[in-house]
Amino acid sequence: MAKYESVIGLEVHIELRTKTKIFCDCPADHGGDPNTRCCPVCMGMPGTLPVLNKEVVNFAVRAGMMLGCEIAHFSKMDRKNYFYPDLPKAYQISQLDHPLCEHGYVDIEVNGEKSRIGITRIHIEEDAGKLVHTESGSGADCNRCGVPLIEIVSEPDIRTAAQAKAYLERLRELVRWCGVSDCQMELGSMRCDVNLSVRPVGDPNLYTRAEIKNLNSLKSVVGAINAEKARQIDETQAGHTLLQETRRYDPEKDKTYTMRVKENANDYRYFPDPDLVPIILTDEDHARLRAMLPDLPEERLAKYTGEFGLPAATAQTLCDNPALANLFSAAAESVKQKKLLANLMLADARAAEIPAEVWAVLANLVDSGKISRSAPEKLLAAYRETGREIPALVQELGLEQVQDTGLLESVADEVIAANPKAVADYKAGKEAAIKALMGQIMKRMKGSANPQEATQILKEKLAKL
Amino acid sequence: MEYTKMNIAELSALLQKREVSARELAQDALRAIAEKDARIGAYLTVAEETALAQADAADAMLKNGEGGALTGIPFAMKDNITTKGVRTTCASKMLEHWLPVYDACVTERLKAAGAVMLGKTNMDEFAMGSSTENSALQVTRNPAAPDHVPGGSSGGSAAAVAADECVFAIGSDTGGSIRQPASFCGVVGMKPTYGTVSRYGLVAYASSFDQIGPLTKTVADNAKVLEAISCHDRRDSTSLPEFDTKYSALIGKDLTGMRIGLPKEYFGAGIHPDVARLVKNAADTLAKQGAEIEECSLPAVGYALPAYYVLCCAEASSNLARFDGIRYGFRAEGIENLDQLYRKTRTQGFGREVRRRILLGNYVLSAGYYDAYYKKAQQARTLLIGAFKELFAKYDLLLTPVAPTPAYKIGEKSADPMEMALGDICTVPVNLGGLPAISVPCGTSAQNGAELPVGFQLIGPAFSEAKIYQAAAAYESAQ
Repeated sequence: MAKYESVIGLEVHIELRTKTKIFCDCPADHGGDPNTRCCPVCMGMPGTLPVLNKEVVNFAVRAGMMLGCEIAHFSKMDRKNYFYPDLPKAYQISQLDHPLCEHGYVDIEVNGEKSRIGITRIHIEEDAGKLVHTESGSGADCNRCGVPLIEIVSEPDIRTAAQAKAYLERLRELVRWCGVSDCQMELGSMRCDVNLSVRPVGDPNLYTRAEIKNLNSLKSVVGAINAEKARQIDETQAGHTLLQETRRYDPEKDKTYTMRVKENANDYRYFPDPDLVPIILTDEDHARLRAMLPDLPEERLAKYTGEFGLPAATAQTLCDNPALANLFSAAAESVKQKKLLANLMLADARAAEIPAEVWAVLANLVDSGKISRSAPEKLLAAYRETGREIPALVQELGLEQVQDTGLLESVADEVIAANPKAVADYKAGKEAAIKALMGQIMKRMKGSANPQEATQILKEKLAKL
Repeated sequence: MEYTKMNIAELSALLQKREVSARELAQDALRAIAEKDARIGAYLTVAEETALAQADAADAMLKNGEGGALTGIPFAMKDNITTKGVRTTCASKMLEHWLPVYDACVTERLKAAGAVMLGKTNMDEFAMGSSTENSALQVTRNPAAPDHVPGGSSGGSAAAVAADECVFAIGSDTGGSIRQPASFCGVVGMKPTYGTVSRYGLVAYASSFDQIGPLTKTVADNAKVLEAISCHDRRDSTSLPEFDTKYSALIGKDLTGMRIGLPKEYFGAGIHPDVARLVKNAADTLAKQGAEIEECSLPAVGYALPAYYVLCCAEASSNLARFDGIRYGFRAEGIENLDQLYRKTRTQGFGREVRRRILLGNYVLSAGYYDAYYKKAQQARTLLIGAFKELFAKYDLLLTPVAPTPAYKIGEKSADPMEMALGDICTVPVNLGGLPAISVPCGTSAQNGAELPVGFQLIGPAFSEAKIYQAAAAYESAQ
């Protein structure tokens, strides 16, 4: 009996986290009572017109660049026509033949075996609304209408459920990394359709495929692939002809079921949307968007532990939070002591709220000894409250450390003279005794002494005794 | 006193001098409508209350010295342009009771200018037609000959201006829907350059062709109204970012050196001899004003009609898909499932012509036919745009008939959609090219015992409105 392999391509829909919807000014985030986040435009009222949100294009292009795509110079929006109660205009504005991004890839590794999964295209489109069924009848909630989506279509390069899972995980990581979506499958901001056919191992041809729609977890993707592969092999071996059809997966029964066969499929009557103008992206636009891209996660990790000399755990903690890592990278450009900067940032639970310049200023002030290691906490609190510049706050709060060596020396002399017991203990080998002396110096100087410098001077004086 | 017989310039002078108030003008116009409209049928909705409120607001503006050219001037709005709180039907059963929640850009502009909206005018359903006979709601008669059609689709707007039931009216033109009824009713109608008047709030028929424009009693009035409604609007992606809106600037300047071409294809078979004669007379008048008139040729115009019908039906099939009975408008009774809801609602809610064009549009866009129809038609459109461009390298303007014939009798052509479509042959090339063109009255033709108005058309390159108005005004003043 022949051995079979599955040939799999994935279509992934991801919600972009732009502030507003793709064609109007309504907020794009989740939540709200039904039909409270919509306007005449996204509800498709007669006479309204779409206006493309440029940020959607920027986000999609960033995702495309992150996934190694070629970015279009000319792109356009098309109408996909079909009737459904959650689609107010009875057409979805999408892209047919000039997607924003094409020919990308995602590299994966499964059980030590590396492979490259091609990305055919990435296009932008609007989400539909959602139907709400109640006892008194069905209603349409238009809050989701016009939420921006990217659809990422892979080549049929995937052979196993494990590869599909690895592809989706890596895709999610990269898209999150460039900051355009949170890709939360359980919340529906990332959804997956599986296209799958089977063939005898070694046969290069492609056979009739089935599309399994709307999978909303990695687990259901894996389950659907295994179930559908088994079904197709069974059908083929039983001598049945497979139909090109759309199926759904029931995770409880672990089976796929027919939704519709191709003969009954919609003819979407695509054509260019005459209400929108073509999207033109110049070389300068490409360069500007590319400059905004972060390094790849592993490149960044390597940079943090290598060039920056951060401990592995610190680097990893930063990289686990792309927004924080972006902030750190930006601040690190003007800070010499990267580790000090990282520690300062990781000590603050809401570090991402503070601009990179502020972090850089704080780290450099600590590094130069102008303020103490504990001053940033006070300064950040004051900054959050007032929004004033850090140097002004340092003055105001009297956090500047004294580096007047002459003053330090005379205070050290006084302290030594006034504390013979501690001095004797230190000379007898009790190193901890120096802390008591340091405490006295700090007390006399009301905390304004630079501890490193004070310790240094104290030690020198004690050594000479 | 019937103030609505007067033009904008005259009335504006009276208003500025406070010899008449905006409220008196509005009341006078409402009286004219009450007297005449049962016979003409121009209005679908008379918005008496809002008209008087707007008139009072206009009087306040005038009192404060804030009035402009249109402040206090009563006008009529075509019923496919949204007016917040005033029903907007598109002359369709589908939207018979629809109250828009927002104003169209043009509605906002006219409100801001202090113009006073009297009501909403009849039209062919969703602007599909050339006689206003496709209105699902009422018949409109040609004021010059009441058993004749007013033209269409802006037939109500043209009839309202011609019958002095308003001072000016707003129409929309997808394939001639301002110019042809202007010609049939004997008023001035302008279809401006595509992108110079926002389509926001214009219920779309064919988005890449639709353009709003004014219907007026005089050329100068027309330029004034266009100046008020033309602007960039960020809510319409096809609204152009920057252009000159001083449309009146050249009115009164003589035509010396202006080159006007007469494309011979517009004067061929099918053109009524009276129409050809009257348009040629107009050419002679323009020549006397200093214009250089020369016959020329635009062979590509032969592709215009089929290309137009393919493209506008394709766009319409998609634009009108939203009328599905789910969220607003008509919904059929006795529905058992979703498929039936769509099928019955759309079959009962749309008239024959609308359904015909939706079917045609869906056909040309369907898998396997797209390349043969839609794509070919786009290529023809590109070809025609190029041909116009070549001609405009030689000529400032082109002079043609507006319609092959004067107005016909109600019911005369409505049974034959093909014959009706042929009536658009002189006007659709302009929409394919996105060009500005005006219809100006140039005499009458004695038909069926009536004197039927005839207009000529002046076509210019994009943004040549000022020059078009210059030539049209020169013709008008020579009468």
